[in-house]
Amino acid sequence: MLSNVSGHLHRSVQVENKMVKKLVKGNVALCEGAIAAGLDAYFGYPITPQNEVPAYMSKRMVEMKKVFIQAESELAAANMVLGACATGKRAMTSSSSPGISLKQEAISYMAGMEVPGVIVNVQRGGPGLGNIAGSQADYFQAVKGGGHGDYRLIVYAPANGQEMYDLAYNAFDVAQKYRNPVMLLCDGIVGQMMEPVDFNKEQKTKFEDRDWILDGCKGREPRSLKSLLMQDGVLEQHNLDLLKKYQMIQDKEVKAELYQVEDAEVIIVAYGISSRISKNAIKQAREKGIKAGLIRPVTLWPFPSDIIASYAKPGVKFFSVEFSLGQMVEDVKLAVNGKCPVDFLGRAGGGIVSDKQVLDKIEELAKK
Amino acid sequence: MKIYEEIISAGFGGQGVLLAGTLIAQSALEQNLKTTWFPSYGAEMRGGTANSTVIVSNEEIGSPVAFAPSALIALNKPSLDKFLPRMKEDAVVIANSSLIPQEEYNDKRIVFISIMEIADKQVGNIKAANMVAVGALVKRIQAPSLEHVLKGLETAFAAKPKLIPLNIKAVNAGYNWTK
Amino acid sequence: MEKILSRPKALKDFPLSYCPGCGHGIVHRLVAQAIDDLGIRERTIAVAPVGCAVFAYNYFNFDTTEAPHGRPPAVATGIKRTNPDKIVFTYQGDGDLAAIGTAETIHCANRGENITVIFINNANYGMTGGQMAPTTLLGQVTETTPFGRDPQREGYPINVCELLAGLKGTKYIERVSVCDAPHVIQAGKAIKKLFKIKLKEKVILSLK
Repeated sequence: MLSNVSGHLHRSVQVENKMVKKLVKGNVALCEGAIAAGLDAYFGYPITPQNEVPAYMSKRMVEMKKVFIQAESELAAANMVLGACATGKRAMTSSSSPGISLKQEAISYMAGMEVPGVIVNVQRGGPGLGNIAGSQADYFQAVKGGGHGDYRLIVYAPANGQEMYDLAYNAFDVAQKYRNPVMLLCDGIVGQMMEPVDFNKEQKTKFEDRDWILDGCKGREPRSLKSLLMQDGVLEQHNLDLLKKYQMIQDKEVKAELYQVEDAEVIIVAYGISSRISKNAIKQAREKGIKAGLIRPVTLWPFPSDIIASYAKPGVKFFSVEFSLGQMVEDVKLAVNGKCPVDFLGRAGGGIVSDKQVLDKIEELAKK
Repeated sequence: MKIYEEIISAGFGGQGVLLAGTLIAQSALEQNLKTTWFPSYGAEMRGGTANSTVIVSNEEIGSPVAFAPSALIALNKPSLDKFLPRMKEDAVVIANSSLIPQEEYNDKRIVFISIMEIADKQVGNIKAANMVAVGALVKRIQAPSLEHVLKGLETAFAAKPKLIPLNIKAVNAGYNWTK
Repeated sequence: MEKILSRPKALKDFPLSYCPGCGHGIVHRLVAQAIDDLGIRERTIAVAPVGCAVFAYNYFNFDTTEAPHGRPPAVATGIKRTNPDKIVFTYQGDGDLAAIGTAETIHCANRGENITVIFINNANYGMTGGQMAPTTLLGQVTETTPFGRDPQREGYPINVCELLAGLKGTKYIERVSVCDAPHVIQAGKAIKKLFKIKLKEKVILSLK
């Protein structure tokens, strides 16, 4: 009856019975995933549509005697993550698109210094201040750099509440395994929507020793974390070492969901919210006898290029569905490499592509 | 049989439309169905109208956004005017005649109920109008069932158990309403 | 012969890159001496700025990290909050602390973060070749104030110590100089004092 009751309920979910699914917002699910992964510190700043994250963390982290700071800016928040992670602690910051632009500074430094911070982007419409509707317009920013320099972010794209929880849980292990920052690229819809989520992960408490963290030089030589490498050839060698790491990540960390793709003549590539809408359309197309399928990248970088390439056979038509004017479609084209036509369907500025529009596109391509 | 309902709950901010939606979603979960709940959020919520979309199904749910909703709770006129044109042909529409002038509409899908009077007089608290509407709605759609809504109420109000009896009364009052 | 003075353990045997006449080398030594004297070298983590002192991590013989320009107070906040048992300090110049990092400086102080800030004010951007800094004096000629700093055009120098002294979160501020031997001795005492206090509370030291 009182609208604030619901807010209270869903902010104070307790993980008592691990088998019972709880109805929570995607933003809350990701908090619980990070907490279960052993999060030591959260640093945030208000911006819609991710405000549930700092609000939830301000309660849960303090209750658990962990660190929560509402920073003076997104810049500061991201640099606090850099500081905490430099000491081997698990730290996270979250924001939405305009705030993520500000975090690029620290992201580039973390990539260069090999500091494994975790950054969450609950995307909204842009450019500039844009609007607060769900969007997928930050694909380029997330996977093609965003910050300056030759570097890669590992980028996960959760499509539902359960994945918000699961991928947030995994993000910290992957970040620390490779000493590389990780981004969860979500959108306003997945962040704001509630779905039943199974909080089924064990609370992590023990972590392996790492020989690079700053924890005081007791009984060892001092350590220094830096990205400034001025001597001749040193930076280039560092870049090449990073490249080796990135190649290893490409070999080992690609994740994608394949849906009805084996016999598909029309293949949609879509991630996050647009993949869900595409699935609706694929079901409808199948009912009409059209062989349509979906490749859903779960990692946007490393991109599932090899998987896409393996389905690029004569007669197959591809298109990407995105809440943007066409960003990931460029990577789909690179993966398909001219073997099949690649088309695009999308809307910008917070517009939502309907399953009807996707179905129309499937039918149009199937006839060609 | 395939169960699939796209339910919009809409009204003024403060009328409890988001909570009505979460209750329906929680009830679907109690019934072991798949569900999603998606709110209007942010600037939209500062005054004006609020709405939430709940999808209930026994199959995997694709889009949490409804393009052709099958059910609507409209607690005020702006909400009815906004959503009525996009409802499915055979949609169930519960409209709050306490605030919406019935005579302006000629649409057989609309069930006008004086929700606020029922909440005030039969239930004893006008703020429970949203729950009256949920009761009236679930009688007319595939799922969730009344039984699971009453279960869902207990989960939804676990933090404020004192409110449970009042809300049960409100849901029942809506469910049992007849012309 | 008895050796009565040697390099502090907290300072590496590494040639400094600073220009002749620059005070950084002196302050590095004073900081290292204070850390030695207090026996905290093995629990210290320092944050270097962007500016000449970015190379501080080559000279200090304890754990150090780099930070983006102006962000050392934020990085130090992240370190200290998650490692309350460590001694955390930043070493920043005037451009880093009082221009690009003003927000981080003020809010770090205002939160009362339990860290130390060594603020080196030489009234210009040294590393990039002597441009105007927020602390450049009126009339002072720099690369970007060729006619001297004019308040009508460039505004007035910021009095950092006075600004931060107005915040309740700031525990201790002292402004000292390393221009001659008596001042160096005074500065050394101040640095040691602030590291001592800082074992409990937040302090800021400004050096000119």
